Amino acid sequence: MPADRPELKVTHSDGVCVVEFADRKILEELSINQIGEELTRLAEQHQPTNMLLNFMNVEHLSSAALGMLITLHKRIVELGGQLKLTDIKPQIYEVFKITRLNKIFDIHDSAAKAKASFAK
Amino acid sequence: MNFSSQHSDDERSLKTIVIPSDLAAAKEPEQAILREAQINGFSEDAIFAIKLTLEEAITNAIKHGNKCDRTKKVTVRYAVDAHQVVICIRDEGAGFDPDAVPDPTKPERISLPNGRGILLMKAYMSEVTYRCNGTEIFLRKRNE
Repeated sequence: MPADRPELKVTHSDGVCVVEFADRKILEELSINQIGEELTRLAEQHQPTNMLLNFMNVEHLSSAALGMLITLHKRIVELGGQLKLTDIKPQIYEVFKITRLNKIFDIHDSAAKAKASFAK
Repeated sequence: MNFSSQHSDDERSLKTIVIPSDLAAAKEPEQAILREAQINGFSEDAIFAIKLTLEEAITNAIKHGNKCDRTKKVTVRYAVDAHQVVICIRDEGAGFDPDAVPDPTKPERISLPNGRGILLMKAYMSEVTYRCNGTEIFLRKRNE
């Protein structure tokens, strides 16, 4: 089912819901709440949800985006699924490191590696 | 407005942009400052740092300082040259104690969705100082 928001490119592959952020500024403060709601809706549609977020087009994110990811992660885990992140640019990864969230999220270098790591 | 004598030299010729407490309005000062930083030769990493910090600081002023009350203003004053960017952001709220904000990297707080803005600003700026009972933040980013 296509996402309601054009900024999210959603595909399903081998039981994994892959979400690619199509807009480089999508994770700015203004759109965070709506993006979080849409991702949660996707997670609740197919349970247990294995979701992979692809950050290849993301050039900026705020602390509000980190909060949204934390909330999404909790929800997916509640639903018995897994959330992984991939293709995070070094500048963006630095934000995860500063906040120690690189220890909380399962972050991969490539979508292929991330998909392979989902527990069957 | 009272200035800290520590920063008075930096603040002699600041430009001023006043915005309502509306997240969309934050774009104006952000774009103005980033444009000048680019013109003055700041690196891509520095531009990233300034952009992130501006978003955090203005959002905090709007959400926490002014409680999203559109009748309250956020005043952004700034100066950019080849050596540094200096920014002062002031809200019209009651103020707060920034030293009382808990460390969001502690195990008991790492999974909470909020509380990372100040940590990020301090990581990315050369200087972060709160003044006027926490209603004003002074930010400096040196061009290194």
